[in-house]
Amino acid sequence: MRELINYFADPIRSFPAVCVLFYLMMKYYRVVGTKKFLYWSLAFIIPVSIWFAIDPNFFTILILPDNIPIIILLVAVGFLQWFTFYKAAQNDARIEEGLGPLEGTPENREKVWSWPNLVYTELFMIIAATSFLIVWAIVFKAPLEEPANPTWAPNPAKAPWYFLGLQEMLVYFDPWMAGVVLPGVVVVGLIAIPYIDTNPKGNGYYTIAERPVAMWGFLFGWLVLWLYLIIVGTFLRGPNWTFYGPFEYWDYHKVVAEYNVNLSEFMWIKWLNTAMPENMFVREILGIILSLGYIIILPPLSAATKYGKMMIEKVGMIRYYIFIVLLLLMMSLPIKMVLRWLFSLKYIIALPELELNL
Amino acid sequence: MSERRQSLNRREFFSYISVAWIAFGAACANLASLAFRYSYPNVNFEPEMEFIAGTPDVYEEGVDERYKNGYGVWMVKLEGKLFALSNICTHLGCIPNWLPAELKFKCPCHGSGYYMSGINFEGPAPRPLERYAISLNAEGKIKVDKTKVYRWEKGQWDHPNSFLSV
Repeated sequence: MRELINYFADPIRSFPAVCVLFYLMMKYYRVVGTKKFLYWSLAFIIPVSIWFAIDPNFFTILILPDNIPIIILLVAVGFLQWFTFYKAAQNDARIEEGLGPLEGTPENREKVWSWPNLVYTELFMIIAATSFLIVWAIVFKAPLEEPANPTWAPNPAKAPWYFLGLQEMLVYFDPWMAGVVLPGVVVVGLIAIPYIDTNPKGNGYYTIAERPVAMWGFLFGWLVLWLYLIIVGTFLRGPNWTFYGPFEYWDYHKVVAEYNVNLSEFMWIKWLNTAMPENMFVREILGIILSLGYIIILPPLSAATKYGKMMIEKVGMIRYYIFIVLLLLMMSLPIKMVLRWLFSLKYIIALPELELNL
Repeated sequence: MSERRQSLNRREFFSYISVAWIAFGAACANLASLAFRYSYPNVNFEPEMEFIAGTPDVYEEGVDERYKNGYGVWMVKLEGKLFALSNICTHLGCIPNWLPAELKFKCPCHGSGYYMSGINFEGPAPRPLERYAISLNAEGKIKVDKTKVYRWEKGQWDHPNSFLSV
Protein backbone atom coordinates (compact mmCIF):
# COMPACT_ATOMS: atom_id res chain seq x y z
CA MET A 1 0.00 0.00 0.00
CA ARG A 2 2.78 2.44 0.96
CA GLU A 3 4.70 1.56 -2.19
CA LEU A 4 1.56 2.22 -4.19
CA ILE A 5 1.12 5.67 -2.65
CA ASN A 6 4.80 6.45 -3.22
CA TYR A 7 4.33 5.40 -6.83
CA PHE A 8 1.25 7.53 -7.35
CA ALA A 9 2.66 10.57 -5.57
CA ASP A 10 5.11 11.13 -8.43
CA PRO A 11 3.99 14.39 -10.12
CA ILE A 12 3.63 12.59 -13.47
CA ARG A 13 0.77 10.62 -11.91
CA SER A 14 -0.37 12.86 -9.07
CA PHE A 15 -0.76 16.02 -11.17
CA PRO A 16 -3.37 14.50 -13.53
CA ALA A 17 -5.00 12.89 -10.46
CA VAL A 18 -5.22 16.28 -8.73
CA CYS A 19 -6.65 17.82 -11.93
CA VAL A 20 -9.30 15.10 -12.14
CA LEU A 21 -10.15 15.55 -8.45
CA PHE A 22 -10.43 19.30 -9.01
CA TYR A 23 -12.74 18.72 -11.97
CA LEU A 24 -14.97 16.33 -10.01
CA MET A 25 -15.05 18.67 -7.02
CA MET A 26 -16.06 21.66 -9.12
CA LYS A 27 -18.51 19.68 -11.22
CA TYR A 28 -20.27 18.08 -8.24
CA TYR A 29 -19.88 20.95 -5.80
CA ARG A 30 -23.46 20.47 -4.67
CA VAL A 31 -22.55 17.00 -3.39
CA VAL A 32 -19.31 18.29 -1.84
CA GLY A 33 -21.12 21.20 -0.24
CA THR A 34 -23.24 19.15 2.13
CA LYS A 35 -22.73 18.44 5.81
CA LYS A 36 -23.02 14.73 5.09
CA PHE A 37 -20.04 14.95 2.72
CA LEU A 38 -18.02 16.83 5.34
CA TYR A 39 -18.64 14.17 8.01
CA TRP A 40 -17.88 11.31 5.64
CA SER A 41 -14.69 12.93 4.39
CA LEU A 42 -13.60 13.70 7.97
CA ALA A 43 -14.26 10.07 8.87
CA PHE A 44 -12.00 9.14 5.97
CA ILE A 45 -9.30 11.83 6.25
CA ILE A 46 -8.61 11.62 10.01
CA PRO A 47 -7.68 7.90 10.12
CA VAL A 48 -5.72 8.25 6.85
CA SER A 49 -3.75 11.22 8.21
CA ILE A 50 -2.96 9.28 11.38
CA TRP A 51 -1.86 6.34 9.29
CA PHE A 52 0.35 8.71 7.23
CA ALA A 53 1.85 10.18 10.41
CA ILE A 54 2.72 6.77 11.86
CA ASP A 55 5.24 6.24 9.10
CA PRO A 56 8.66 7.32 10.46
CA ASN A 57 9.86 8.84 7.17
CA PHE A 58 6.75 10.94 6.70
CA PHE A 59 6.71 11.89 10.38
CA THR A 60 10.23 13.35 10.19
CA ILE A 61 9.11 15.68 7.39
CA LEU A 62 5.86 16.49 9.17
CA ILE A 63 7.37 17.70 12.45
CA LEU A 64 9.89 20.12 10.94
CA PRO A 65 9.03 23.51 12.52
CA ASP A 66 8.94 24.99 9.04
CA ASN A 67 6.21 22.60 7.92
CA ILE A 68 3.70 23.29 10.69
CA PRO A 69 2.20 26.30 8.85
CA ILE A 70 1.57 24.02 5.89
CA ILE A 71 -0.45 21.64 8.04
CA ILE A 72 -2.46 24.61 9.38
CA LEU A 73 -2.84 25.85 5.81
CA LEU A 74 -4.10 22.50 4.54
CA VAL A 75 -6.67 22.18 7.31
CA ALA A 76 -7.81 25.80 6.92
CA VAL A 77 -8.03 25.69 3.12
CA GLY A 78 -9.83 22.36 3.19
CA PHE A 79 -12.45 23.61 5.61
CA LEU A 80 -12.92 27.03 3.98
CA GLN A 81 -13.18 25.43 0.55
CA TRP A 82 -15.88 23.10 1.83
CA PHE A 83 -17.62 26.08 3.49
CA THR A 84 -17.62 27.96 0.17
CA PHE A 85 -19.18 25.00 -1.59
CA TYR A 86 -21.70 24.57 1.22
CA LYS A 87 -22.83 28.19 1.02
CA ALA A 88 -22.69 28.30 -2.77
CA ALA A 89 -24.72 25.10 -3.09
CA GLN A 90 -27.41 26.56 -0.82
CA ASN A 91 -27.48 29.85 -2.70
CA ASP A 92 -27.48 28.29 -6.16
CA ALA A 93 -30.41 26.06 -5.19
CA ARG A 94 -32.27 29.14 -3.91
CA ILE A 95 -31.43 31.17 -7.02
CA GLU A 96 -32.79 28.37 -9.20
CA GLU A 97 -36.05 28.55 -7.28
CA GLY A 98 -36.04 32.31 -7.80
CA LEU A 99 -35.53 33.15 -4.11
CA GLY A 100 -32.23 35.02 -4.34
CA PRO A 101 -29.15 34.28 -2.23
CA LEU A 102 -29.29 33.74 1.54
CA GLU A 103 -27.09 36.75 2.18
CA GLY A 104 -29.69 38.89 0.40
CA THR A 105 -32.59 38.04 2.69
CA PRO A 106 -33.89 40.98 4.75
CA GLU A 107 -32.71 39.56 8.11
CA ASN A 108 -29.18 39.20 6.72
CA ARG A 109 -29.10 42.70 5.28
CA GLU A 110 -29.08 44.48 8.64
CA LYS A 111 -26.37 47.17 8.67
CA VAL A 112 -24.13 48.23 11.56
CA TRP A 113 -21.60 51.06 12.00
CA SER A 114 -17.98 50.27 11.20
CA TRP A 115 -17.10 52.26 14.36
CA PRO A 116 -17.08 50.68 16.87
CA ASN A 117 -18.17 47.24 15.55
CA LEU A 118 -15.53 46.65 12.87
CA VAL A 119 -12.70 48.55 14.53
CA TYR A 120 -13.14 46.66 17.81
CA THR A 121 -13.12 43.33 15.99
CA GLU A 122 -9.98 44.33 14.15
CA LEU A 123 -8.29 45.40 17.38
CA PHE A 124 -9.06 42.06 19.00
CA MET A 125 -7.84 40.18 15.96
CA ILE A 126 -4.57 42.14 16.01
CA ILE A 127 -4.04 41.28 19.67
CA ALA A 128 -4.98 37.63 19.14
CA ALA A 129 -2.71 37.26 16.10
CA THR A 130 0.21 38.93 17.88
CA SER A 131 -0.07 36.76 20.97
CA PHE A 132 -0.42 33.66 18.78
CA LEU A 133 2.76 34.55 16.91
CA ILE A 134 4.64 35.23 20.16
CA VAL A 135 3.62 31.86 21.59
CA TRP A 136 4.56 30.19 18.33
CA ALA A 137 7.96 31.88 18.27
CA ILE A 138 8.62 30.68 21.82
CA VAL A 139 7.43 27.10 21.29
CA PHE A 140 8.94 26.42 17.86
CA LYS A 141 12.40 27.90 17.85
CA ALA A 142 14.03 28.96 14.62
CA PRO A 143 16.79 26.48 13.82
CA LEU A 144 20.24 27.90 14.53
CA GLU A 145 22.71 26.69 11.97
CA GLU A 146 26.36 27.25 11.33
CA PRO A 147 27.54 30.65 10.01
CA ALA A 148 26.62 31.42 6.42
CA ASN A 149 29.14 30.21 3.89
CA PRO A 150 28.97 31.44 0.30
CA THR A 151 30.61 28.27 -1.02
CA TRP A 152 28.24 25.79 0.57
CA ALA A 153 24.47 25.21 0.42
CA PRO A 154 22.29 22.92 2.57
CA ASN A 155 20.86 19.88 0.84
CA PRO A 156 17.96 20.13 0.06
CA ALA A 157 17.97 23.93 0.05
CA LYS A 158 14.32 24.80 0.60
CA ALA A 159 12.66 28.18 0.38
CA PRO A 160 10.23 29.32 3.11
CA TRP A 161 7.05 27.27 2.93
CA TYR A 162 4.98 29.94 1.17
CA PHE A 163 7.57 30.17 -1.62
CA LEU A 164 7.90 26.42 -2.17
CA GLY A 165 5.37 26.63 -5.00
CA LEU A 166 7.62 29.16 -6.71
CA GLN A 167 10.68 27.02 -6.10
CA GLU A 168 8.87 24.04 -7.61
CA MET A 169 7.96 26.24 -10.60
CA LEU A 170 11.65 27.10 -11.05
CA VAL A 171 12.40 23.43 -11.69
CA TYR A 172 10.61 23.76 -15.02
CA PHE A 173 11.62 27.28 -16.07
CA ASP A 174 14.49 29.65 -16.46
CA PRO A 175 14.84 31.89 -13.37
CA TRP A 176 13.78 34.89 -15.45
CA MET A 177 10.48 33.25 -16.30
CA ALA A 178 9.59 31.52 -13.03
CA GLY A 179 11.31 34.04 -10.77
CA VAL A 180 10.35 37.36 -12.34
CA VAL A 181 7.88 37.17 -15.23
CA LEU A 182 5.36 34.62 -13.97
CA PRO A 183 5.20 35.88 -10.34
CA GLY A 184 4.90 39.40 -11.77
CA VAL A 185 2.04 38.25 -13.97
CA VAL A 186 0.38 36.62 -10.95
CA VAL A 187 0.56 39.87 -8.96
CA VAL A 188 -0.52 42.05 -11.90
CA GLY A 189 -3.28 39.62 -12.78
CA LEU A 190 -4.65 39.60 -9.25
CA ILE A 191 -4.60 43.39 -9.19
CA ALA A 192 -6.32 43.47 -12.57
CA ILE A 193 -9.21 41.19 -11.54
CA PRO A 194 -11.59 43.97 -10.36
CA TYR A 195 -11.00 45.90 -13.62
CA ILE A 196 -11.40 42.93 -15.93
CA ASP A 197 -14.25 41.30 -14.06
CA THR A 198 -16.97 43.91 -13.74
CA ASN A 199 -19.75 41.35 -13.43
CA PRO A 200 -21.78 42.36 -10.33
CA LYS A 201 -23.02 38.81 -9.79
CA GLY A 202 -21.51 37.11 -6.77
CA ASN A 203 -20.87 40.39 -4.96
CA GLY A 204 -21.50 39.75 -1.29
CA TYR A 205 -22.75 36.20 -1.60
CA TYR A 206 -21.43 32.74 -2.41
CA THR A 207 -22.26 31.33 -5.80
CA ILE A 208 -20.64 29.08 -8.37
CA ALA A 209 -23.41 28.60 -10.93
CA GLU A 210 -23.58 32.33 -11.67
CA ARG A 211 -19.78 32.77 -11.94
CA PRO A 212 -18.43 29.61 -13.61
CA VAL A 213 -15.43 31.14 -15.46
CA ALA A 214 -14.23 33.19 -12.51
CA MET A 215 -14.59 30.33 -10.02
CA TRP A 216 -13.01 27.64 -12.21
CA GLY A 217 -10.17 29.86 -13.37
CA PHE A 218 -9.25 31.26 -9.98
CA LEU A 219 -9.62 28.02 -8.04
CA PHE A 220 -7.55 26.11 -10.60
CA GLY A 221 -4.73 28.62 -10.23
CA TRP A 222 -4.97 28.68 -6.45
CA LEU A 223 -5.61 25.05 -5.56
CA VAL A 224 -3.85 23.15 -8.31
CA LEU A 225 -1.07 25.47 -9.46
CA TRP A 226 -0.18 27.09 -6.14
CA LEU A 227 -1.18 24.78 -3.25
CA TYR A 228 -0.43 21.50 -5.00
CA LEU A 229 3.05 22.77 -5.88
CA ILE A 230 3.63 23.85 -2.25
CA ILE A 231 2.64 20.36 -1.11
CA VAL A 232 4.97 18.77 -3.67
CA GLY A 233 7.81 21.09 -2.66
CA THR A 234 7.28 20.40 1.04
CA PHE A 235 6.56 16.72 1.31
CA LEU A 236 7.82 15.21 -1.92
CA ARG A 237 11.15 16.90 -2.61
CA GLY A 238 14.24 15.67 -0.83
CA PRO A 239 18.03 15.89 -1.19
CA ASN A 240 19.27 17.21 -4.56
CA TRP A 241 15.65 18.28 -5.16
CA THR A 242 14.99 14.72 -6.29
CA PHE A 243 11.46 13.47 -6.03
CA TYR A 244 10.69 11.19 -3.06
CA GLY A 245 7.39 9.52 -2.20
CA PRO A 246 5.83 10.50 1.14
CA PHE A 247 6.97 7.26 2.81
CA GLU A 248 10.30 7.04 1.09
CA TYR A 249 13.56 7.34 3.02
CA TRP A 250 15.55 10.41 1.92
CA ASP A 251 18.42 8.45 0.43
CA TYR A 252 21.06 10.94 -0.72
CA HIS A 253 22.17 8.59 -3.45
CA LYS A 254 18.81 8.00 -5.09
CA VAL A 255 19.49 8.12 -8.81
CA VAL A 256 16.79 9.24 -11.18
CA ALA A 257 17.59 8.72 -14.81
CA GLU A 258 16.94 12.03 -16.44
CA TYR A 259 18.32 13.70 -19.52
CA ASN A 260 16.64 16.91 -20.55
CA VAL A 261 16.66 18.03 -24.16
CA ASN A 262 15.83 21.38 -25.72
CA LEU A 263 13.17 21.63 -28.39
CA SER A 264 15.80 22.80 -30.88
CA GLU A 265 17.79 19.61 -30.28
CA PHE A 266 14.65 17.55 -30.83
CA MET A 267 14.01 19.38 -34.09
CA TRP A 268 17.48 19.47 -35.69
CA ILE A 269 19.08 16.31 -34.38
CA LYS A 270 16.22 13.89 -33.83
CA TRP A 271 13.70 14.86 -36.50
CA LEU A 272 15.81 16.45 -39.26
CA ASN A 273 18.99 14.45 -38.58
CA THR A 274 21.31 17.39 -39.19
CA ALA A 275 23.75 19.41 -37.16
CA MET A 276 22.54 22.37 -35.13
CA PRO A 277 22.68 25.59 -37.18
CA GLU A 278 25.26 28.20 -36.19
CA ASN A 279 22.87 31.13 -35.97
CA MET A 280 21.05 30.92 -32.66
CA PHE A 281 17.78 32.38 -33.95
CA VAL A 282 17.64 29.90 -36.83
CA ARG A 283 18.46 27.17 -34.30
CA GLU A 284 15.52 28.05 -32.07
CA ILE A 285 13.09 28.91 -34.89
CA LEU A 286 10.53 26.21 -34.03
CA GLY A 287 10.33 27.27 -30.38
CA ILE A 288 10.05 30.94 -31.31
CA ILE A 289 7.24 30.21 -33.76
CA LEU A 290 5.40 28.04 -31.24
CA SER A 291 5.71 30.55 -28.38
CA LEU A 292 4.68 33.53 -30.49
CA GLY A 293 1.81 31.51 -31.95
CA TYR A 294 0.70 30.56 -28.46
CA ILE A 295 0.54 34.14 -27.23
CA ILE A 296 -0.39 35.99 -30.48
CA ILE A 297 -2.51 33.61 -32.57
CA LEU A 298 -4.45 31.79 -29.84
CA PRO A 299 -6.28 34.87 -28.40
CA PRO A 300 -7.94 35.90 -31.73
CA LEU A 301 -8.67 32.26 -32.47
CA SER A 302 -10.37 31.86 -29.11
CA ALA A 303 -12.29 35.08 -29.71
CA ALA A 304 -13.82 33.54 -32.82
CA THR A 305 -15.28 30.58 -30.94
CA LYS A 306 -18.78 30.49 -29.51
CA TYR A 307 -17.64 31.12 -25.92
CA GLY A 308 -15.22 33.81 -27.03
CA LYS A 309 -17.97 35.73 -28.84
CA MET A 310 -20.23 35.37 -25.83
CA MET A 311 -17.58 36.74 -23.47
CA ILE A 312 -16.64 39.64 -25.77
CA GLU A 313 -20.29 40.62 -25.87
CA LYS A 314 -20.35 40.69 -22.07
CA VAL A 315 -17.03 42.30 -21.15
CA GLY A 316 -15.78 44.01 -24.30
CA MET A 317 -12.78 43.47 -26.56
CA ILE A 318 -9.94 44.87 -24.43
CA ARG A 319 -11.00 43.11 -21.23
CA TYR A 320 -11.42 39.86 -23.12
CA TYR A 321 -7.90 40.00 -24.60
CA ILE A 322 -6.27 40.89 -21.29
CA PHE A 323 -8.13 38.04 -19.66
CA ILE A 324 -7.20 35.50 -22.30
CA VAL A 325 -3.51 36.49 -22.29
CA LEU A 326 -3.39 36.19 -18.49
CA LEU A 327 -5.11 32.82 -18.73
CA LEU A 328 -2.66 31.62 -21.39
CA LEU A 329 0.31 32.71 -19.27
CA MET A 330 -1.15 30.85 -16.30
CA MET A 331 -1.69 27.73 -18.38
CA SER A 332 1.90 27.86 -19.65
CA LEU A 333 2.98 26.46 -16.27
CA PRO A 334 1.06 23.16 -16.39
CA ILE A 335 1.84 22.85 -20.13
CA LYS A 336 5.56 23.14 -19.51
CA MET A 337 5.38 20.77 -16.54
CA VAL A 338 3.61 18.09 -18.57
CA LEU A 339 6.05 18.51 -21.47
CA ARG A 340 8.98 18.06 -19.07
CA TRP A 341 7.50 14.91 -17.57
CA LEU A 342 6.46 13.33 -20.85
CA PHE A 343 9.31 14.30 -23.19
CA SER A 344 12.10 15.50 -20.83
CA LEU A 345 11.81 18.79 -22.66
CA LYS A 346 14.16 21.34 -21.13
CA TYR A 347 13.40 24.59 -22.93
CA ILE A 348 11.11 25.50 -25.81
CA ILE A 349 13.36 28.43 -26.67
CA ALA A 350 16.92 28.06 -25.41
CA LEU A 351 19.10 31.10 -25.97
CA PRO A 352 21.68 30.85 -23.18
CA GLU A 353 23.82 33.33 -25.15
CA LEU A 354 21.21 36.00 -24.34
CA GLU A 355 20.23 34.55 -20.94
CA LEU A 356 16.79 33.99 -22.44
CA ASN A 357 15.10 30.62 -22.08
CA LEU A 358 11.47 29.71 -22.19
CA MET B 1 8.52 98.69 29.20
CA SER B 2 12.04 99.88 29.35
CA GLU B 3 12.35 98.24 32.80
CA ARG B 4 12.02 94.80 31.30
CA ARG B 5 15.43 93.25 31.58
CA GLN B 6 16.57 91.44 28.52
CA SER B 7 18.28 88.20 29.48
CA LEU B 8 19.64 87.72 25.96
CA ASN B 9 20.69 90.35 23.51
CA ARG B 10 20.75 89.82 19.78
CA ARG B 11 24.45 89.02 19.61
CA GLU B 12 24.31 86.45 22.38
CA PHE B 13 21.28 84.85 20.81
CA PHE B 14 23.13 84.33 17.53
CA SER B 15 26.19 82.87 19.20
CA TYR B 16 24.04 80.40 21.15
CA ILE B 17 22.04 79.41 18.12
CA SER B 18 25.19 78.85 16.05
CA VAL B 19 26.63 76.54 18.72
CA ALA B 20 23.32 74.69 18.89
CA TRP B 21 23.15 74.26 15.11
CA ILE B 22 26.74 73.11 14.91
CA ALA B 23 26.15 70.56 17.68
CA PHE B 24 22.97 69.35 16.02
CA GLY B 25 24.65 69.10 12.64
CA ALA B 26 27.59 67.20 14.11
CA ALA B 27 25.26 64.76 15.84
CA CYS B 28 23.36 64.17 12.59
CA ALA B 29 26.55 63.68 10.63
CA ASN B 30 27.81 61.26 13.24
CA LEU B 31 24.57 59.30 13.09
CA ALA B 32 24.69 59.26 9.31
CA SER B 33 28.26 57.97 9.30
CA LEU B 34 27.31 55.26 11.81
CA ALA B 35 24.37 54.26 9.63
CA PHE B 36 26.69 54.18 6.62
CA ARG B 37 29.18 52.02 8.48
CA TYR B 38 26.36 49.73 9.60
CA SER B 39 25.51 48.92 6.02
CA TYR B 40 28.88 47.18 5.58
CA PRO B 41 29.42 43.76 7.17
CA ASN B 42 31.87 43.43 10.06
CA VAL B 43 33.32 40.23 8.71
CA ASN B 44 33.64 39.51 5.02
CA PHE B 45 33.91 35.95 3.82
CA GLU B 46 34.26 36.87 0.13
CA PRO B 47 36.65 34.31 -1.32
CA GLU B 48 39.78 35.66 -2.94
CA MET B 49 39.47 36.25 -6.66
CA GLU B 50 42.97 34.92 -7.38
CA PHE B 51 44.75 32.05 -5.76
CA ILE B 52 47.61 29.62 -6.20
CA ALA B 53 46.41 26.04 -6.52
CA GLY B 54 49.57 23.97 -6.10
CA THR B 55 51.41 22.24 -8.91
CA PRO B 56 49.75 20.28 -11.72
CA ASP B 57 51.15 16.94 -10.53
CA VAL B 58 49.13 16.92 -7.27
CA TYR B 59 45.88 16.37 -9.14
CA GLU B 60 44.54 12.96 -9.99
CA GLU B 61 42.09 12.22 -12.77
CA GLY B 62 38.67 13.46 -11.70
CA VAL B 63 37.23 16.18 -9.49
CA ASP B 64 39.32 17.72 -6.72
CA GLU B 65 37.35 19.48 -3.99
CA ARG B 66 40.14 20.96 -1.88
CA TYR B 67 39.58 24.54 -3.14
CA LYS B 68 35.78 24.34 -3.15
CA ASN B 69 35.09 25.61 0.36
CA GLY B 70 37.81 28.25 0.38
CA TYR B 71 37.54 29.64 -3.13
CA GLY B 72 34.41 28.16 -4.72
CA VAL B 73 36.34 26.29 -7.40
CA TRP B 74 36.52 22.64 -8.38
CA MET B 75 39.79 21.59 -9.97
CA VAL B 76 38.92 18.97 -12.59
CA LYS B 77 41.41 16.84 -14.49
CA LEU B 78 39.74 15.21 -17.42
CA GLU B 79 41.11 13.77 -20.67
CA GLY B 80 44.49 15.47 -20.42
CA LYS B 81 43.06 18.85 -19.47
CA LEU B 82 43.09 20.51 -16.05
CA PHE B 83 40.53 23.25 -15.57
CA ALA B 84 39.01 25.34 -12.77
CA LEU B 85 35.25 24.87 -12.67
CA SER B 86 32.99 27.43 -10.99
CA ASN B 87 30.75 26.03 -8.25
CA ILE B 88 27.85 28.40 -8.99
CA CYS B 89 24.81 26.79 -10.59
CA THR B 90 23.91 28.54 -13.87
CA HIS B 91 20.20 28.28 -13.08
CA LEU B 92 19.80 30.44 -9.99
CA GLY B 93 23.23 30.61 -8.38
CA CYS B 94 23.00 27.87 -5.74
CA ILE B 95 26.04 25.78 -4.82
CA PRO B 96 25.88 22.28 -6.33
CA ASN B 97 27.42 19.22 -4.64
CA TRP B 98 29.88 16.83 -6.23
CA LEU B 99 28.45 13.32 -6.00
CA PRO B 100 31.42 10.97 -6.49
CA ALA B 101 29.29 7.82 -6.71
CA GLU B 102 27.07 9.22 -9.46
CA LEU B 103 29.94 11.10 -11.16
CA LYS B 104 27.95 14.31 -11.42
CA PHE B 105 27.44 17.73 -9.88
CA LYS B 106 23.94 18.09 -8.48
CA CYS B 107 22.32 21.32 -7.31
CA PRO B 108 20.27 21.04 -4.08
CA CYS B 109 17.94 23.93 -4.96
CA HIS B 110 16.18 22.86 -8.17
CA GLY B 111 17.92 19.63 -9.11
CA SER B 112 20.16 20.76 -11.97
CA GLY B 113 22.77 18.16 -12.83
CA TYR B 114 26.14 18.56 -14.55
CA TYR B 115 28.71 16.08 -15.84
CA MET B 116 32.27 16.13 -14.59
CA SER B 117 33.16 18.40 -17.50
CA GLY B 118 30.57 20.94 -16.31
CA ILE B 119 28.12 20.27 -19.14
CA ASN B 120 24.50 20.44 -17.91
CA PHE B 121 22.28 17.45 -18.64
CA GLU B 122 19.35 17.37 -16.21
CA GLY B 123 17.14 19.79 -14.35
CA PRO B 124 16.51 23.38 -15.34
CA ALA B 125 20.10 24.63 -15.78
CA PRO B 126 20.16 26.45 -19.14
CA ARG B 127 23.92 26.29 -19.74
CA PRO B 128 27.06 24.52 -18.46
CA LEU B 129 29.07 25.61 -15.43
CA GLU B 130 31.58 28.37 -16.09
CA ARG B 131 35.34 27.84 -16.14
CA TYR B 132 37.91 30.26 -14.73
CA ALA B 133 41.19 31.39 -16.23
CA ILE B 134 44.01 29.05 -15.25
CA SER B 135 47.73 29.45 -15.94
CA LEU B 136 51.18 28.46 -14.68
CA ASN B 137 53.27 31.11 -12.96
CA ALA B 138 57.06 31.44 -13.07
CA GLU B 139 57.51 28.93 -10.20
CA GLY B 140 55.52 26.28 -12.06
CA LYS B 141 52.50 26.64 -9.80
CA ILE B 142 48.91 26.92 -10.95
CA LYS B 143 47.30 30.34 -10.77
CA VAL B 144 43.50 30.50 -10.94
CA ASP B 145 41.99 33.87 -11.82
CA LYS B 146 38.28 34.03 -11.07
CA THR B 147 37.85 37.45 -12.67
CA LYS B 148 38.09 35.85 -16.13
CA VAL B 149 35.23 33.54 -17.03
CA TYR B 150 35.01 31.14 -19.98
CA ARG B 151 31.56 30.03 -21.10
CA TRP B 152 30.84 26.95 -23.17
CA GLU B 153 27.85 28.32 -25.06
CA LYS B 154 30.04 31.15 -26.35
CA GLY B 155 32.64 28.64 -27.55
CA GLN B 156 35.24 29.86 -25.05
CA TRP B 157 36.30 26.51 -23.63
CA ASP B 158 38.89 26.13 -26.42
CA HIS B 159 40.60 29.30 -25.26
CA PRO B 160 44.19 28.49 -24.21
CA ASN B 161 43.73 30.25 -20.84
CA SER B 162 40.70 28.16 -19.90
CA PHE B 163 42.65 24.93 -19.30
CA LEU B 164 46.10 23.49 -18.71
CA SER B 165 47.32 20.53 -20.75
CA VAL B 166 48.63 17.89 -18.37
